[in-house]
Amino acid sequence: MTRGATLAGRKRPGEALVYGFLLFAAGVSVLTTVGIVVTLGKESFPFFLEVSPWEFLTSGRWQPQIGDFGILPLFTATVLTSLVAMAIAIPAGLASAIYLSEYASAGVRNVLKPALEVLAGVPSVVYGFFALQTVTPALRWVFGIERVDVYNTLSAGLVMGVLILPLISSMCEDALSAVPNSLREGAYALGATKIEVSLKVVMPTAFSGLAAAFIVGLSRAVGETMIVALAAGSGPALTLNPFRAAETMTGHIVRISGGDLSYDSIDYNSLFAIGLVLFAITLTLNVVSNRLVRKYREVY
Amino acid sequence: MRTRKPFRAATLAERHRKGQAMAAVFLGATVFAVLSLLILLASVIDQTAGYVLVEYGTSEADVFPPGEDGSVPPIGSLSSPELIAVLSDNLGPRRLKALELESPLEERSRGDLADLVLAEVLEPEIVRTWTLFESLSSRSDILAWSAANVPDGALMFRFWLSPDFLSRSQSSDALFAGVRSAIIGSLMTIVLTVLIAFPLGLGAAIYLEEYSRDNAVNRFIKTNIYNLSGVPSIIYGMLGLGIFVRFLGPLTSGAAFGLAGGVAGDAGPGGSAAGGVVDAAVSAIVDGRTVLSASLTLALLILPTIIINAQEAIRAIPRGLRESGYALGATKWQVISGHVLPASMDRILTGTVLAVSRGIGETAPLVLVGASTFLTKDPTGIFSKFTTLPIQIYQWTARPQAEFRNIAAAAIVVLMVLLMSLNATAILLRNKYRSERRG
Repeated sequence: MTRGATLAGRKRPGEALVYGFLLFAAGVSVLTTVGIVVTLGKESFPFFLEVSPWEFLTSGRWQPQIGDFGILPLFTATVLTSLVAMAIAIPAGLASAIYLSEYASAGVRNVLKPALEVLAGVPSVVYGFFALQTVTPALRWVFGIERVDVYNTLSAGLVMGVLILPLISSMCEDALSAVPNSLREGAYALGATKIEVSLKVVMPTAFSGLAAAFIVGLSRAVGETMIVALAAGSGPALTLNPFRAAETMTGHIVRISGGDLSYDSIDYNSLFAIGLVLFAITLTLNVVSNRLVRKYREVY
Repeated sequence: MRTRKPFRAATLAERHRKGQAMAAVFLGATVFAVLSLLILLASVIDQTAGYVLVEYGTSEADVFPPGEDGSVPPIGSLSSPELIAVLSDNLGPRRLKALELESPLEERSRGDLADLVLAEVLEPEIVRTWTLFESLSSRSDILAWSAANVPDGALMFRFWLSPDFLSRSQSSDALFAGVRSAIIGSLMTIVLTVLIAFPLGLGAAIYLEEYSRDNAVNRFIKTNIYNLSGVPSIIYGMLGLGIFVRFLGPLTSGAAFGLAGGVAGDAGPGGSAAGGVVDAAVSAIVDGRTVLSASLTLALLILPTIIINAQEAIRAIPRGLRESGYALGATKWQVISGHVLPASMDRILTGTVLAVSRGIGETAPLVLVGASTFLTKDPTGIFSKFTTLPIQIYQWTARPQAEFRNIAAAAIVVLMVLLMSLNATAILLRNKYRSERRG
């Protein structure tokens, strides 16, 4: 560092003050993480004193009234809704990303991209209304009223797929457009058609980025709350039938905490135990996707 | 074993045909997404207007003073004293006293009184509602059904989204419910959220982009922010419940600042009935379910998004701009505040507005932080109990009665208009900053 004659030693308390605030601002995010871990750990600790973690993770019944706390029914419902959602969101999201990145003209892109952004900006509670009000009656009309419950995981999952579609589409598009043009041109020079370039050259090259998008989408599906709270049902049920009602982990947390809940009861603490599992799942998924994203950034 | 067909390369025409088919599939997927959006909007709009069949507990002819020609006057033509007379003739003394306590009858507006007469004396009950599409397409069927099943009912075409709907407060009756408290709550919460989250988010982004060295601690902070952006919102709700509502309850309820009385007054129907000063004070101390707690929770929720967007905006500023500042002898903060921030502010604001729009629509964390299920008073300050538009939509949608779906749809339209005007503001702000930079 160079030192000027008169300015060199000058103290600048203002600069130090600003630096202090900026450091604090950056620290808040670390504090948030610490806060999440501490809160989930502290509040679920009394629960695990009464219910062993083994029983919590393996028992197949969740009936707090009679002291049964097995997370499996909630977990299977979460898996079911997420799978249905991904079955919609991955193919449709990927296909629309390929279309937007490789095929669409500038004019078409300018219309479709904002529309997808609007779709991504609709609050999830509105999707919940849509699932319950429109999609469920449609499903009951198609498959028969006696076969489809008023609340069912299929409707929640389908709508969740539409919610996640824009997210996956835009992440996939980022990954696809990060593929250098020289690869495309090389393939064209060898006589490949457009579809062959897209599917056999661009897609495999962007694979880690696409995988990251799918994982982020899955993480979003697992943590999505309002759609399942409104449309999937309000009672834990161990079923893999998507026409039946079943409560997910997030749906259960919202339903119980929205009612009259006394602090420090086992019901209250059990919510934080579910939250802990939810946090662990989503964190794992996010860390994996972060690794994958870094990988595709490093390749080129 | 089956004999294998000899290998034959696909002809160019076949390859192109396959390509066209796949391209159609890709386009189809995109159209599917856009179509979903349109169907969603249509199904919301479909619920915001339509025929309603109402049956009155008491008929108008029994309670209204007959007009000069002996006919029953419509409720809109009665004057305030006449309405008060109808009320005092038909309500029990205890109910009248309760109404007087809320606010004296003589001081209420004519519209208020008319609402009271409707709700308390005529006691309309919804028999059935129809959607806008049904109302327009099968009007005669609806008329026939009403005449056959409820001959003395009144069939009317109702716009659920009306000025009354915007200005009324909560009610357990869908005909009289409104979203005033929810709109006020949403606006208060989001303004406070921005005031907390914007300086923190911008500060963190400046630190990470301009000050931090590339060491383990700062890399950890960056990874941490990325991971936080993927944490489900409901987990933030649990954080808010554990930290802001319970642990910091004395601060977030206002009790620590001697504001316990103001909060206790809002304690709702249960609290005001219980009465006692001690009870009220105790409930105020433990009750951190306030606008402040909600805003703090939402602020933490949108913080990672704000930071990531602001970081990208700051990173896009070319080094030359900073170096010319230093060359003129500016200090680091002078360069940042005088050059880097003004040049990147348009993108920072756009990113912030996107994050804030997400915050406005959040429901799950606020359910956990303890949004009130029934609010008797509008929120007045940061220590008030609160409800917001998404919470209101959730509660109404979850009700089994069909008419609550109608007001949920009306509330959704209000929420979407709010979101759209926010985004429009963002675009205006961005354009303003851009033109200032050029000019």
